[in-house]
Amino acid sequence: MAKTVEIHLKVNGKNYAGHCESRTLMADFLREHLNLTGTHIGCEHGVCGVCTILVNGEAVRSCIMLAAQAEGAEVTTIEGLSHQGQFHPVQKAFHENHALQCGFCTPGMLATVIDFLKTNASPTEAEVKEALSAVLCRCTGYQNIIKAVMAAAADMRGEKKLGALADV
Amino acid sequence: MSEVSGRFIGKSMLRKEDQRLLTGKGEFIADLKLPEMLHAAFVRSRIAHGRIKSVDLSRALASPGVVYAIAGPDLAKLLPPVPDTQLALPRKWTSRVQHKFLNPQQPLLAYDKVRHVGEAIAVILAESRYLAEDAAELVTVEIEPLPVVVDPELGLADGCPVLHEQYDTNLIGDFSVEKGNVELSLATAPHRLKRRFYHHRYAAIPMECRGVAAVHDTRTDSITIWSSCQVIHWLRREASTVLKLPEARIRSLALDVGGGFGVKGHVYPEDLLIPVLAREVGRPVKWIEDRHEHFMSSCHSRDQTHDVEVGFDDEGRLLAFRDEFIVDCGAWNPIGSGIAYNTAVHLPGPYKFDHFAVRSRIVVTNKVPNAPYRGAGRPEATFAMERVMDLIATELGVDPAVVRMRNLIPLSEMPYRLGIPYRDGEPIVYDSGDYPESLRQALSAIGGLEAFRERQKAARAQGRFLGLGLGCYVEGTGVGPFESATVRIDPSGKIYLAGGACPQGQGMETIFSQIVADTWKVDPKDVVVALADTSVISIGFGTIASRSTVNLSGAIYNASEVLQKKVFAIAANILECSPVDLELRNGAVGLVGVPGRELPLAEIAQAARPGWDNERPEGVSAGLEETAYFEPPTVTWAYAMHAALIEVDAELGRIEIEKYVIVHDCGVVVNPMLVEGQIHGGAVQGLGGVLLEEMAYDSEGQLLVGSFMDYLVPGASDVPHMELKHLHFPSLLNPFGVKGVGEGSAIAPPVVIANAVCDALSHLKVEFNSTPIKPEQIARASWA
Amino acid sequence: MKPAAFDYYAPTTIDDVMVLLRRHGSDARLLAGGQTLLPMMNFRLAAPEVIIDLNRIPELAFIKVVEGRVHIGAMTRQRAVEFSPIVARDLPLLHEAIRMVGHLPTRSRGTIGGSLANADSAAEIPMVLQVLEGEVLVRGPNGERTIPAADLVLDAMTTSLADDELLAEVRFPVMPSDARFAVEEFSRRHGDFAIAAVAAMLVVKDGRCETARIATAGVSSFSSRLTAAEGALEGRAVDSGTIEEAAKSAAEAVEPVSDRNASEEYRRHLTKVLTARVLKRATESRKLA
Repeated sequence: MAKTVEIHLKVNGKNYAGHCESRTLMADFLREHLNLTGTHIGCEHGVCGVCTILVNGEAVRSCIMLAAQAEGAEVTTIEGLSHQGQFHPVQKAFHENHALQCGFCTPGMLATVIDFLKTNASPTEAEVKEALSAVLCRCTGYQNIIKAVMAAAADMRGEKKLGALADV
Repeated sequence: MSEVSGRFIGKSMLRKEDQRLLTGKGEFIADLKLPEMLHAAFVRSRIAHGRIKSVDLSRALASPGVVYAIAGPDLAKLLPPVPDTQLALPRKWTSRVQHKFLNPQQPLLAYDKVRHVGEAIAVILAESRYLAEDAAELVTVEIEPLPVVVDPELGLADGCPVLHEQYDTNLIGDFSVEKGNVELSLATAPHRLKRRFYHHRYAAIPMECRGVAAVHDTRTDSITIWSSCQVIHWLRREASTVLKLPEARIRSLALDVGGGFGVKGHVYPEDLLIPVLAREVGRPVKWIEDRHEHFMSSCHSRDQTHDVEVGFDDEGRLLAFRDEFIVDCGAWNPIGSGIAYNTAVHLPGPYKFDHFAVRSRIVVTNKVPNAPYRGAGRPEATFAMERVMDLIATELGVDPAVVRMRNLIPLSEMPYRLGIPYRDGEPIVYDSGDYPESLRQALSAIGGLEAFRERQKAARAQGRFLGLGLGCYVEGTGVGPFESATVRIDPSGKIYLAGGACPQGQGMETIFSQIVADTWKVDPKDVVVALADTSVISIGFGTIASRSTVNLSGAIYNASEVLQKKVFAIAANILECSPVDLELRNGAVGLVGVPGRELPLAEIAQAARPGWDNERPEGVSAGLEETAYFEPPTVTWAYAMHAALIEVDAELGRIEIEKYVIVHDCGVVVNPMLVEGQIHGGAVQGLGGVLLEEMAYDSEGQLLVGSFMDYLVPGASDVPHMELKHLHFPSLLNPFGVKGVGEGSAIAPPVVIANAVCDALSHLKVEFNSTPIKPEQIARASWA
Repeated sequence: MKPAAFDYYAPTTIDDVMVLLRRHGSDARLLAGGQTLLPMMNFRLAAPEVIIDLNRIPELAFIKVVEGRVHIGAMTRQRAVEFSPIVARDLPLLHEAIRMVGHLPTRSRGTIGGSLANADSAAEIPMVLQVLEGEVLVRGPNGERTIPAADLVLDAMTTSLADDELLAEVRFPVMPSDARFAVEEFSRRHGDFAIAAVAAMLVVKDGRCETARIATAGVSSFSSRLTAAEGALEGRAVDSGTIEEAAKSAAEAVEPVSDRNASEEYRRHLTKVLTARVLKRATESRKLA
């Protein structure tokens, strides 16, 4: 029946094979079928960015993507960002710079930032603000998120923190 | 009690909450999965006012996956409306303030009339939300339209349609407060001015919508209710009435909550209906509000019209302030007079004047109900007073900063008795703070007033329009009636804290770990915090009104004081000394001046146990747990001064904020990093409110906002860099000297922007006395 | 906000798409990037019986230069256009404008063909198509045809494509190496649909404007060329005087729409302001390499 589809994809390094309704949104597929509730739903019309995940390494809004469209894709969600208990540099920067309060937009922020930094490893603050405008946050007022992204970018470029320099 | 050390209070400790939230291991209401769970979807009214003629559920009931459906008319036969959910007004208030209130009770589903677009008429339970929505489309509702009320002033006119026919009026609240003799003072003032100010309707819009889930356990005949809610004890109280179950048979809790800002701060019909349905069908039920629903059923806020008249002298000193304001409260009034009364008493602000009179009228209209949103009536008040300050300045040709300085209550007059009561019924006393200093620091942070005025002049000569906007406020925080805390020494020696507060991102697990750590001389990681759950503490109040740090810290102090006496008594018994020779250190109790001679708290917990081999002295009861309440004497007053430097692109009407400065005082700061985060967040919400956000209605009561394409929430590109400065005048009203900070910074930005734009375009003599302030308005003002 | 159920097909060739379109006609919607269609379906403002997913058709995604024109397959992601060296070199106006289309995550899925077929009145890509005088290649039951920019969009959200046709490719002439260009957009927030946008390309030879192409988005129901403004520049020097004239003509000639975001009068005013700013910036822009 064309109202259901079979899906084969990789999520956070694990292979999945299953089926769902053709209308099942990717966000719901992750949350309900795969029990990966770390991806949140904020608007279901592709504006708030809270549901953003990485599909084949690119940030994508999962609420306006059909699960069927993820056939054969490699998907990374927030659950797959840390490795062996270690934070990804972006997660670390968010933690150290208090870049989250309620945490609801955070999954979308992390995916968006990780993708953005791949396209621009040395962004200016203005470029960071432009990139972050893809995800809405109601708690932080963005000040600390901007700081966190600049810190993560520096960290990923291998630069020492200013504090470390002061110790020398 | 052992003196509370400052090892952790005052430190920007990183948050405990982050680990789970950063790794996708948080649990929000939408994440909850229960076996056999059903999903609810509501059928909501598409018209603003009408009589329900019929609701046909037959096609919906036959739709695949549907298990149950009910509409308002049938539900009304089974259930009462939402119990009187308005916070009871204290007798001290009711006896002091002239008032008249009517309280229409909102049914759990509309049954006789619909009174706003979005009001729920029927509910469907199905195996998935997809299937429930399919069925909802098949429900046929016949509504006979009625004329609509969208203008509260017209809603007061004779012959106007009435929403709640049992009252024969749309006026459901009316009160007055005054001091001095406003009439006489106005009549004799050297100068007068009169203006209307309008603060428009906008809303909290947290990133997480609302949600409720419930399950009925037949074995114990008890119900568990999960809700994305800021006041879970209040929810349990209402549920007890509706479900006809004792509170002891109801557990109400919130999981991780994705932002509240006040909109989740009361009990909604869905909070009560979902548990009823869960018991009715014998399966767990979950309802997750979607964003489209959120705009039309989660409460809106602000929406006040103020008619102000003031008298002042040649120096710009305020002599008299009179305000008659109307609150458009939408179709129902869940919080009663809370917001309006906040507005009334926050109007005077940090200013010294003797003659004040305010009358407030609360009017129902065919819109979504009005409930508190960060600031809860204070932004509207601050808008009126701070525009007045600038208008006085313009009238006299004096700098607005100078006018303010002449009016601000000086440090020497603190504590300052305002002369009117707060909503707890207590006389308002601004307990501590230096308002003039906050203005001095704000002006210094923008590079100095003189220097700016020079820049402004030079820029104007080149056709560029720079403006300075000021806005300040005082804020009553930490309102009662109380908060609760249970402090318990766990057998492991860790300290367990349970409290009535309900977090939505503030970092409470971290903040209260810091407070308990300093109170007990343990490490914050050895503090276990449990909040937002009626099963961890049986009486609690919840988190609204910037009250939790103040009130829960007070309760922690009170519980700890009693518990430490006990701990020392037991330790003294074991160590064979006097309790006065003992102190807390390193998670243990030790002899003062004798390092190494210590009893770990775990051992004391063991010794305190009831029964054989306990080591309690005579007269000391078993166990190491204490529940206490903090009942604040009254509110403690935080304050801030905001200043913005802007440039107006008059051609496009766009504003660029060059600098936004906030000088803020919330007394003793527990975690500076978290406090700054609150200030950032509130300020951006305030800026969003004035520049971007709008809950617009048309003349038929149709809500013109259905998505994030219509309702513009500020994004990262829309925010200026903010500079924060802090003053720290401790509160005199609680043991830790803290003041609330959750709401404050959302209060001033709207008027700061209005003042800045007026200042930038002062050569055009334009006035911006209402919000929102949109580019088209600014462009048009420049054409004139 | 869950979509209604539908039958789903994911063909792998254009021919298969044609078969499906013929079979299902107006019951079917083509799914490209989904950044517009899926939100509408989640709101149930659109509830097609059949979805034909174009995302598994490799032959629809490419960027190549053929005889002086850049050919871009309809299913080429906006993101690929953004990072394409060919586009940066040969269509720098498109390169600049594409970064205004939504946000990077929407460009990861959104396609250039989808934007053109959707013909939102505020979209940037149809405006650029106008300025660069591009054309689209359309596949139908009877073969293919091309539609020039001027004939593609009939009204808001309405193109001249038939129900059984597929927009398969868009072609832009390589911009002249001495072209000057700029695009300016006014929206309430970054990434929002334009309340008004103006894009322009000028070729100036010996101090005289040889070619002027100016188009808007967001101002009227669909993107159109501001021929009156172009006329004010052609054959003349491009200086502050002629720019002001062109901006005035542009404002007079447009038929602005009025909505909650902006009144007719304000859009007209924005057209004037943005046209002037675009032309000024275009004349100051560096020459192409």
